[in-house]
Amino acid sequence: MSAEADAEPLLEVRGLTKIFGALTACDRVDLTIAQGEIHALLGENGAGKSTLVKMLFGSLEPHSGDIRWDGKPVRISSPSVAKKLGIGMVFQHFSLFEALSAAENIALSLADRTPIAAIAEKARSLSKAYGLPLDPNALVGDLSVGERQRIEIIRCLLQTPQLIILDEPTSVLTPQEADKLFETLERLRAEGKSILYISHRLDEVRRLCDRATIMRHGKVVGHCDPRRETPASLARMMVGSDVKAVERPAAPQESGEHLLGICGLSRKPAGPFSVPLRNIWLHVPAGQVVGIAGVAGNGQGEFFEAVSGEARQDAADVIRIRGKAAGLMGITERRMLGAAFVPEERLGHGAAPRMTLSENLLLTRHATDAKAFVGAGGLVKTASIDAATQRIVSEMDVRKSARDPEAASLSGGNLQKFIIGRELDRQPSVLVVNQPTWGVDAGAAARIRQALIELARGGSAVLVISQDLDELFEMSDAIAVMNNGELSKPIPIAEATRERIGLLMGGAEPGHAAPAALAGMEPA
Amino acid sequence: MGIAESILLTIATAATPLLIAALGELVVERSGVLNLGVEGMMVMGAVCGFAGAALSGSPWVGILSGVAAGALFSMLFGVLTLSVATNQVATGLSLTILGLGLSGMIGEPFVGQAGIKLPSLHVPGLTDIPLVGRLLFGQDPIFYLSIALTAGVVWFLFRTRTGLTLRSIGDNHASAHALGIPVIRYRYLAVLFGGACAGLAGAHLSLVYTPQWVENMTAGRGWIALALVVFASWRPLRVLAGAYLFGAVTIGQLHAQALGIGVPSQLLSSLPYLATIVVLVLISRNRRLTMMNTPASLGRAFVPDR
Repeated sequence: MSAEADAEPLLEVRGLTKIFGALTACDRVDLTIAQGEIHALLGENGAGKSTLVKMLFGSLEPHSGDIRWDGKPVRISSPSVAKKLGIGMVFQHFSLFEALSAAENIALSLADRTPIAAIAEKARSLSKAYGLPLDPNALVGDLSVGERQRIEIIRCLLQTPQLIILDEPTSVLTPQEADKLFETLERLRAEGKSILYISHRLDEVRRLCDRATIMRHGKVVGHCDPRRETPASLARMMVGSDVKAVERPAAPQESGEHLLGICGLSRKPAGPFSVPLRNIWLHVPAGQVVGIAGVAGNGQGEFFEAVSGEARQDAADVIRIRGKAAGLMGITERRMLGAAFVPEERLGHGAAPRMTLSENLLLTRHATDAKAFVGAGGLVKTASIDAATQRIVSEMDVRKSARDPEAASLSGGNLQKFIIGRELDRQPSVLVVNQPTWGVDAGAAARIRQALIELARGGSAVLVISQDLDELFEMSDAIAVMNNGELSKPIPIAEATRERIGLLMGGAEPGHAAPAALAGMEPA
Repeated sequence: MGIAESILLTIATAATPLLIAALGELVVERSGVLNLGVEGMMVMGAVCGFAGAALSGSPWVGILSGVAAGALFSMLFGVLTLSVATNQVATGLSLTILGLGLSGMIGEPFVGQAGIKLPSLHVPGLTDIPLVGRLLFGQDPIFYLSIALTAGVVWFLFRTRTGLTLRSIGDNHASAHALGIPVIRYRYLAVLFGGACAGLAGAHLSLVYTPQWVENMTAGRGWIALALVVFASWRPLRVLAGAYLFGAVTIGQLHAQALGIGVPSQLLSSLPYLATIVVLVLISRNRRLTMMNTPASLGRAFVPDR
């Protein structure tokens, strides 16, 4: 902290504390940001990074602590106060309005009453200057996530801020789009602006940032120069202990039976902002983990719905589970064939939030495990369900406050461990997971990934949809890329490079596996 | 006055309260709030409008009482759903039930009393033009207000920054809050406007349409107004079209019944509902446009985190 003591810092935070009920999200946090630096804020999910920046942007009110801006004490009571001071923010979960145009979205965050047409013109010229092409008249709902983020950035820059806060900006970008963003950020730094950069991608932090502040459990636990650290040392500071690496034993020879086959799956868009699926071919052999990479919103959700049976297909043999044509079946029937599904959204989709863990277990498995869970006359066998619940809890190391709490009371990572455990406990022969470790901390994520690999090596077919390339490279035996509703041919992991996958994610070489690739698949 | 002219005049009178109530609800729903209490606010406006006119002797005082009653009554809904974040559907339904009961009690002394009709406009010379004179220059003042209100709502929602902000709140209240837009304050004002409009529509019923007080005299018009908003896909000009279509078929089927054509009267009575729904569904076939105009956060309670 002595290095910048001579120069007046742009922002200085002392003892900032925020309490939500019993949880102290930020506990006496100190932070200084100098003029013209890119400052990284590192930490696991739930470490308090987002809470801290929301206080800096005025969305949340701190319980105690001081904020000094340009040496003067300030109280940031609302986002408009923050904007007046010169603080701009690019949100993690986009704060855009889908039914409005880009220019209208930008206008909403500007305090003055400049006409929309003038704003559109300004946005167009600013976007050109920074090399972030943007059509101000486009409807946000029609844009890709990368384009949406451009709107957020342009909107932030139009307010000519001195400090720009970016909350996990690259989590939705292709590697190439991220490079473009880094160029922009470096240019802003050269112009003397300060940037507070939140990320859990350690490589990019090491590449981009001048200094880093590391948070764990709501407290600042260290400062460092990220350029002098290794990803492993940064991870250790974030987690507080070494993160066990995921082990991936060699895959069996590609002689495995195709347990899951998707043969020419197409789907019309379900709503005005959803993506159509175009002739998708993929097979997942026994013993393997196949990953599907892609930027969010390129049809992954629609694809998952089609495979899980939430959306049925028009023809039966489009989806084959253990050789049986399952395209016309619903979720339960597909489960009965030995398949299991874990959707992206944990609360309200993967689990009923206000029901207990054991009730959630019964909801998904009452049909497939009828013998174990349902007795004579349709009565529920509570004792065996309770035993199964506790078995899953101890198997997956789910941490909870009561014996059988409501699903909503668990933290995201623990609930995800329970949901995955609930499906693994059945030993399904086909498992399809969408975003297995989204918002899950490193320790729990490693555990989930290891469990999925073990399931595959035990003879099951595992299909993982994820936006986290590191995760896919860690787990998969082959990676296919989804872009704009099309799926590329799966690339064996030995031939897959981040660059190649990144180009496919950006839509460089669209196309799909030829039907010939599935010639080996015979109906049962 | 010719028969065609008199039919057109009755159509306008029948459509006006629907149009006003629906425009109010449209603004409320564009802000993301679903107020199912339109019928209740409307009937409160009708009874208080009648009472105000009867007690003061002035129909204008009656109109103002109706507007005030609707607005005040809507604030009950506003406090419950916006400040305490109760379920909007349940609260709106309760508001309707409460309004129907309360209006019966307030209106008890006025049942059977002769009403005071709000005088129609009369411009010497213009009103007496044959055929179109009465239609254009001889109707009640609320009719002209309803047309101005339609234009005003279109202008406000789609031409002003405040209207854009209101629509953005209806689209995504969490995003609006993150940008520092005072979501709850906007919604309160929208609900207040909706209540005032429903009150005015009610007062129109008891001071213009049928100048008297009868218990339950709104007879489901609040619900029709609500349905119009949805079937018009939250667009003011379509609400105007829907209200007039409903009014036209209502009056038309009454004349058909009077002529005694060989169709069961029950079927004829249901025609306005059927025709309005069919036509509005047909014009909102463009799903993309409909989805774009549908307030995505409609009916969802919002609790800001601070």
